[in-house]
Amino acid sequence: MRLIRQLLQAAQFRRFLLKIPGAPANIATTLDGHAMALNGEGAKALQLSFLSSAVGGVFGVLLLIFLTPVLAQWALAFGPSHLFWLAILGVTVIGSLDSASVVKGLLSGCIGLWLATIGFDDIMGAQRFIFHPSLGGGINIIAALIGLFAIPQVITMFAKGHKNDGTEAIQVQKHPIKSAVSELLRYKRAMGIGTITGSIIGLIPGVGGQIAGLVAYDQSKKFSPDKDKFGTGHPEGLIAAESANNAMVGPSLVPLLTLSIPGSPTAAVLLGGLLIHGIFPGTDLFDNHPDVAWTFINSMLIGQILMCIFGLYVAGMAARVAQVPQSMMAAIVLGLAVFGSYSVQSSMGDVYVMASLGVMMYFLERFGFSAAPLVLGLILGPIAESNFIQGSMIATATDGLAPYFFTGPLNLFLIAVVVLSVLYSGYMELRARRYTSKEEIMG
Amino acid sequence: MKTLLAGAAIALMGLTQTAAADGHANYPERPIMMMVSYGAGGATDFQARIVTMTSGNEDALGMPIAILNKPGAGGRVGWNWLAGQAEADGYTLGAYNVPHFIAQSIKGGVEYSTASFEPIANWGADPAVLVVGKDSEFNTLQDVVDFAKANPGKLTTSGAGLFVGHHIAALQMEKAGDMKMAYIPTKGGGAAAMKAVIAGDVMAGINNLSDAFRAAQAGNVKILAVADLERNEFLPDVPTMMESGLAVDNASVNFRGVMVPKGTPQGIIDKLAATVPTMFENSRVAGKMKAGGSPMHVMNRDEVLAMWAAREETLKELLAGL
Repeated sequence: MRLIRQLLQAAQFRRFLLKIPGAPANIATTLDGHAMALNGEGAKALQLSFLSSAVGGVFGVLLLIFLTPVLAQWALAFGPSHLFWLAILGVTVIGSLDSASVVKGLLSGCIGLWLATIGFDDIMGAQRFIFHPSLGGGINIIAALIGLFAIPQVITMFAKGHKNDGTEAIQVQKHPIKSAVSELLRYKRAMGIGTITGSIIGLIPGVGGQIAGLVAYDQSKKFSPDKDKFGTGHPEGLIAAESANNAMVGPSLVPLLTLSIPGSPTAAVLLGGLLIHGIFPGTDLFDNHPDVAWTFINSMLIGQILMCIFGLYVAGMAARVAQVPQSMMAAIVLGLAVFGSYSVQSSMGDVYVMASLGVMMYFLERFGFSAAPLVLGLILGPIAESNFIQGSMIATATDGLAPYFFTGPLNLFLIAVVVLSVLYSGYMELRARRYTSKEEIMG
Repeated sequence: MKTLLAGAAIALMGLTQTAAADGHANYPERPIMMMVSYGAGGATDFQARIVTMTSGNEDALGMPIAILNKPGAGGRVGWNWLAGQAEADGYTLGAYNVPHFIAQSIKGGVEYSTASFEPIANWGADPAVLVVGKDSEFNTLQDVVDFAKANPGKLTTSGAGLFVGHHIAALQMEKAGDMKMAYIPTKGGGAAAMKAVIAGDVMAGINNLSDAFRAAQAGNVKILAVADLERNEFLPDVPTMMESGLAVDNASVNFRGVMVPKGTPQGIIDKLAATVPTMFENSRVAGKMKAGGSPMHVMNRDEVLAMWAAREETLKELLAGL
């Protein structure tokens, strides 16, 4: 478990300084983190992220310790229809995420949704767009992430490095930890939104981990008075995304520890580990093996704090990664990208997927499309699809489609949030247009 | 350059010749890899890790077996890879799940069939069981059958996907009881199907005995019947479907074992077939399997060959109408 935490944190350095997320959960963090690093605030970005991770993470684990039985009921409350609406809520965020224009954001979201259909459909077993055996399992999300975020960077770095001998290094400003703490206290709202959103979403089996950061980022953007600064190196977005990412870790284990249902791939590995030792998660774990249960939960708590201290210690040094000449950096990152995508499931197919998506993304970026909405489409597509199919099968066997998807307090609440989210984005887009056209007239 | 290549070619030929000449007496000379076509932490994965853990012992293979996960599409990705891309040199083994891979090959769209693989030995048999939520009004299999007969197509029943053991069991139940259920395949395997039962998203579920046993121990579900020929040692009080009057045999039992791709040298197959079953019978392995709630069932190569053939026949008949 400590290992999981460390992996999540180690991803952090690479993420900001180079705008390459290490895991699907980290996409939102790169949006502002990288911009801060470009402004020479790499050290500050790392410090803020480690601090907000620790706060969110500790809060999540405390929830796990004190509220597990209550939370377990919550986790069960989400049936196929609710998960479907939740995925749709995610889709409404796509357009406004890290894009110059809503239309381009939606278009790249659609590319992501299409990519998600490749492979054997998990429920029906139908084959879709499989032109090569290595695509049978669909696009691996880690390989896609590496390709979409790292490769365009690598190509850009190679291009630049050739032109000006890689002298264009970013100056790194020193940043005392004390001021990072006071900065964090200033952005209490982002912190609160991140932690709470992360905890709630993390609970939902099968969905939580991947979208917690993005939803928190979007929410804090909507509630913030400085909306325009998001994406340009604004600490608020970074703090919300990071605290949500880590707040979700504790609650995401609730379904496993109480009901013995793994809610995420990480939880599944943990379940296997417990079973090999003859320990059944569930009441058995807490009644008959409290030593294991508490050692495990406490180690998560200690892990959160230790990683924060370690992270703060190296933040200053790590920020210098950005000073390595670009051409060298590009070569190193390219090597890591190949190695990383191969090692996910020891498959060369994933490397080809990574490379081709990367080259595609490089050209898309030149036309103003961005990778974050594309990845969100890739993640949300299967969730929405499988839950819709399942829900509609249950619905046709019982009361029919409309009552199943449109009744019940949780369905209605989620639909209301979806509608609000769409209306709000539309309003913001209109307002932004009015402003720009005024400025154009004035100019 | 040319001479160098020629030299290399001669050296290679020499190597292959010596390997063939000694009849693979030294096999295995390096660690072996076993492909599991489901994700890390799943039942097949963790059982595969347990049953192969003593492979490095001198009385077993003398070399460790490493597990390689190739999950995706209900196991199709991994088995496609084993049939088409894996090297048949004895250093690449695969775990099989019957009836899954046989049913998938009958349904089509995959690059394998029973003819693509050579079985080595079977380690486990995990029967499908019928579960309902702990507060369900159903208390016996008869209650469920009565409901399904009175309300055709209304009994929502979750399972891990199409053409897996759970689906086969549901088809057999419908046939035996002359009734119609609403089988709901879930994405995310048995765990997601079990969550649907516990949360009340569906009225009943068909799941693995090992997973259902854990859920029942935790007090989350009631297990009403086992789809096997006899009662299971883990659940001595739960009747088989046959006892309850529903003619469902053991065609849906999830058999797990080891196979190699076709083309693996016969000498290696013979050596593996002789060693692997004894490796499964190791007392440390049996103890760990029992502690994890996983029923064991060791079968040798000949028994597995017969089992595969019998399953293929039953499944062809059962899936013919779909």
